[in-house]
Amino acid sequence: MNKYENDLTHIRQMMERSSTFISLSGLSGVGAGLVAIVGCLMTFYILGQHNIDYFDGKPNYYSYQVLWQLASVAIVTLVLALISGVYFTAKKSKKLGYPLWSAATRNTINAAAIPLVTGGIFCIIITYHHLFYMVAPCMLIFYGLALVSASKYTQSDIFWLGLCELTLGLLAAVFVGYGLVFWGIGFGILHIVYGIWMYQKYK
Amino acid sequence: MKDIDISNINKDFESRVRLGIMSILMVNEWVNFNDMKQMLELSDGNLASHTIALEGKNYIEVRKAFVGRKPETSYRATVAGKLSFQKHIEALAALIGKG
Repeated sequence: MNKYENDLTHIRQMMERSSTFISLSGLSGVGAGLVAIVGCLMTFYILGQHNIDYFDGKPNYYSYQVLWQLASVAIVTLVLALISGVYFTAKKSKKLGYPLWSAATRNTINAAAIPLVTGGIFCIIITYHHLFYMVAPCMLIFYGLALVSASKYTQSDIFWLGLCELTLGLLAAVFVGYGLVFWGIGFGILHIVYGIWMYQKYK
Repeated sequence: MKDIDISNINKDFESRVRLGIMSILMVNEWVNFNDMKQMLELSDGNLASHTIALEGKNYIEVRKAFVGRKPETSYRATVAGKLSFQKHIEALAALIGKG
């Protein structure tokens, strides 16, 4: 009897292991969230220094200097968030003894990539039209869609995080001008809360 | 009333490796040789002999393609293979349930 039970366990394990990217670490979320909050504060600081009222909700014409500073903060934030994301996940992967780069990893990334890349290009187009106040809502919405799409290939809990992100994005688009606040909540606080929750759950 | 029919236990799937190959192909479409090897933690020769056996029984199909200059072999479960494996899983489950 025992052999049959072992066989079934083995089948279940192989199915799960081959189709889901389970090494995603909660700490990755916490790290990315902390980076996001710092990035958000930096953005507030830069806008404040140039006496720009981000909350006016109108198309704005920022100087190249401001744009350059904001873009630098955005890029540094993205890179640091990615590094922390990959670092903790690689660590967990090693601990579990699973390969980090597997078919499941590729599926997860592919599923997230289409909404993410579309969103990224769309944000650049919005910037081109000087509708800066729409950048934060769009980032949240497309990021939320990316998570929903990736949730099929990784921890399914990501689905709910995705829904929260895109709801925040839609709210941010309604309450024009509070985009940065919503952005900070979505990318910062939500990531940290979710990360801690996942860390506890899958420890 | 469920009948437990030991004949549903498929001898073709008795080995660990074949169980693994079929499990992976139940939930993934095409899986290439290297990914399969990595997931099952097998040597080249060991995996190859089992895939050949499963292919011979028509449980899986094989596709050979070139990715750049490298040949790449991928596998996919056939409809017959999926049905047989599903039956095998149900037979296992039934046996345990009545254990």
